[in-house]
Amino acid sequence: MGHSGDNPIKDALANLGRVTILFLEAVRSIATKRFRIRDLVEQLHFIGVKSQSVVLLTGAFTGMVMCAQFYIQFHKVKMDSAVMSVVSVAMARELGAVLTSLMIAGRVGAAMAAQLGTMKVTEQIDALRTLATSPVDYLVAPRLLAMLISLPLLTAEAIGMSLVSGMLVAVYLLGLDPVFLWNNMVFYTWSVDIWMGLIKAFIFAGIIATVACHKGMHCGQGAEGVGKATTEAVVAASICILVSNFFVTLILNKLLIYQE
Amino acid sequence: MIEVSQLHKSFGQQQVLCGVDLQIDEGESIVIIGGSGCGKSVLLRHIIGLVQPDKGDVKIDGQGIANLSERELIKVRRKFGMLFQGSALFDSLTVEENVGFLLDREQTMPPAAIRETVADALELVDLGGTQAKKPAELSGGMKKRVGLARAIVYKPEIILYDEPTTGLDPVVADSIDQLVIKMRDQLKCTTIVVTHDTRSMRRVGNRVMLLHHGRIHANGTPEEIFNSTDPIVHKFVNGIADPKDLEF
Repeated sequence: MGHSGDNPIKDALANLGRVTILFLEAVRSIATKRFRIRDLVEQLHFIGVKSQSVVLLTGAFTGMVMCAQFYIQFHKVKMDSAVMSVVSVAMARELGAVLTSLMIAGRVGAAMAAQLGTMKVTEQIDALRTLATSPVDYLVAPRLLAMLISLPLLTAEAIGMSLVSGMLVAVYLLGLDPVFLWNNMVFYTWSVDIWMGLIKAFIFAGIIATVACHKGMHCGQGAEGVGKATTEAVVAASICILVSNFFVTLILNKLLIYQE
Repeated sequence: MIEVSQLHKSFGQQQVLCGVDLQIDEGESIVIIGGSGCGKSVLLRHIIGLVQPDKGDVKIDGQGIANLSERELIKVRRKFGMLFQGSALFDSLTVEENVGFLLDREQTMPPAAIRETVADALELVDLGGTQAKKPAELSGGMKKRVGLARAIVYKPEIILYDEPTTGLDPVVADSIDQLVIKMRDQLKCTTIVVTHDTRSMRRVGNRVMLLHHGRIHANGTPEEIFNSTDPIVHKFVNGIADPKDLEF
C-alpha cells in the first residue's frame, strides 16, 4: 500500500525516514523499559547462543586463511613473525566486526524479517495493536536490545577464535615460533583496535535489527511479500553495514587513533 | 457511542470508502453487510484505529481518533475487543498465553488470577481444557473461539467481529453465531459484526447497514432490510447476481 512510487530517490528517502523513526521509537521503548525481560532473554538466546557455530566457524577459518596468506607474502621479506600481529589488527579493527555482522544479518536478520513479516500477513501485528500493545514495545525493542548486547560479544568471540586458529596454523602447519608470534601480536595490537571493532559491531547491530524489523513489519501480502521482505532485509542490512563501515572507520580513526 | 463522519479512504487509485456516515449507540448490535471487497473490513479497521482515514473522522465516546498517535490509540483500543477473520492468534504462544495476553502484559492481576480468568473465558466459548495447545493444533472453528475468548477476556465495552463465520461449515458457523449472541447478551457490550452471511445478519444484529460503493446504502432492522424493495438491497439479501456479472 503505497510502498513503491515512481521516484526511487523519494522512496529511498521515505524508507530511510521510516527506519529512523522505528529506531528512535525502539530506543525510547528501551529507555522507558516498556519491553519485558522474558522477551529480551528469548532474543538473547536466539541471537547469542544459537549463532555460536556460525560465528566460531567464521572466526576460525578467516583467521586460518589470513594467516596462510600473510605468511606467503611476509616470508618473502623475512617477516614471518609479524604474521599474527597483522591478522590480529585486521580482525580487531575490520574483519571481525564486518564478517560477524554480515553472518548475523544473514542468519538472524532474515529470521527476524520472516517472523515479523509472517505476523504482519496473518494479522498478528494488528491483533497486538487491538490488544493495546505497541508492536515496537513487544517485537522491536527486545530484538534491538538483544542485538546491541549480543553482536559486540559475538564479534569479540570471532576475533578471539581467529587468533587461536591463526596461531595453530602458524605454529603447527607453517612451523613458526609461537613466542615471537605472540610477542609481536601483543605489541602491535592496541586496545583502540579492539575498541574500534566493538564500537563498529554495536553500530552494525543497530542497523541489522532495525532494518530487519522494518522490512518485516512493512512487508507485502502473502508468501511472496514475506519472501521479498526477508531477501530485502539481508541485502539492505549487508549493504548498510559495508557502506557505513567506511564512514565509521573514518570517524573512529579520527577520534581514536589520530588523537594519540 | 461510535460516530463515523464523512470517512474517505483510498488505496492507490482504488477508492474504498467515499464518505461513510454512521452512528452506533452504546449496547447496540450492528451488522455491516456488503459484497466482497466493498470495504467492510476497512471500515471496521478505521473504527478501532488500525487504519488512518484520508478524510473524515471516527469518534469513540466523543473522542476523535483519526489524528491520534499510536501511543494515544493504545488507550482508546483498550475499550475494544476484536475477532479477526483469520483469528490472528499468536502462533508462538499457547491458547492460555494467547487468551491471557493483555492481562499478562498489564500485570494488574496475579498469575493465578489470570489463569482462572482465562479458564473462565475458555469455558464461555466451550473450549475448556485447551490451555496448553498451540494454535497450529486447533481447527478453524476452534481458532475462532480462542480468538473470541481473547477478545472478551478483559471485558471490553465494544466487540468487533470481522467475518466471524467465513470459511466455516454451517454447523460451526451456527455455533459461532450463538457465541456472538451469548457475548452480546451476557457482556451487554456494543457489538459490530462485519459479514456477508445473511443468515448471521438476521440472527445477530439489532440493526443492519449495507455498505455499497463506499457508502452506507441502507440502514434498518434485519426485517426492514430483508423486506426492502431497494434493488441493491434486494439483490444482496437474496443473493441475486447482476446479469452483467454472469457474462464469462
